[in-house]
Amino acid sequence: MNNMTDNQTINLQRRNALKVGGGLGLLALFGSLGLVGNVMAESDRKAFAAKSMDEALTAMGVIIPENSDAIKLTVPEIAENGAVVPVTVISTLANVEQISIFVDKNPNVLAASFTIPQGTESMVTTRVKMGQTANVIALVKAGGKFYRVAREVKVTAGGCGG
Amino acid sequence: MGNPMKIRAAVKDGVTEVKILMQHEMETGMRKDADGVLVPAWFISDVKAEYQGRVVLEAQFGQSVSKNPYLLFHFKGGAAGDKVTVSWADNKGDKRTDEAAITAA
Repeated sequence: MNNMTDNQTINLQRRNALKVGGGLGLLALFGSLGLVGNVMAESDRKAFAAKSMDEALTAMGVIIPENSDAIKLTVPEIAENGAVVPVTVISTLANVEQISIFVDKNPNVLAASFTIPQGTESMVTTRVKMGQTANVIALVKAGGKFYRVAREVKVTAGGCGG
Repeated sequence: MGNPMKIRAAVKDGVTEVKILMQHEMETGMRKDADGVLVPAWFISDVKAEYQGRVVLEAQFGQSVSKNPYLLFHFKGGAAGDKVTVSWADNKGDKRTDEAAITAA
């Protein structure tokens, strides 16, 4: 800093001010959604646009998730209606932070991602659409590491009619 | 504003079970209408459940979540009579918040 001219110092300050300003704008955007506090929001949305499992995992910053017996994924073996496929994920891993559900053959593979705060059990049930027979994959983040389990669901009628 | 959610919350042995049924089309953006025109994507993207100001579940949805999304989860604590508040926001900027009192199971 000592060698810097006044001009350079001012430019630096200006740049920092701009950085802070940009950050605030982003915060205001999330604020308008009423969902302040989710710093992961931006990168997570990128994962939702992913067309393949590899792309989705990269967007989420997952290297190679370990298969785990400590995740129980309950899905029907055969889904007569691909539009409504019940999915339950229960994990007995310690310190679960996040549970995500993927359908590997859907146009957008990531279906839903849940943040599990302390005091909430690491279990969630929801329903997803499946365009065709595919693997449903549960990805659990626990203690900073990712674990997964996959199960195939045979779809006899697709969920993306029309 | 969207249509009201159905929320059921019941406490048993110190654990509250929450069931949520949201009303939303959850359009994938891949479907074509009768005239062959693509129906734009329209889906709930964010959900948050709170109990006494504490976030008990946060979810992000993509287009693959079924129409009229359903959620079930459990959180520790909760007392009969207290309220659970659930809000969602969709990709078009629509929002909705509903609440339900916890019952004793």
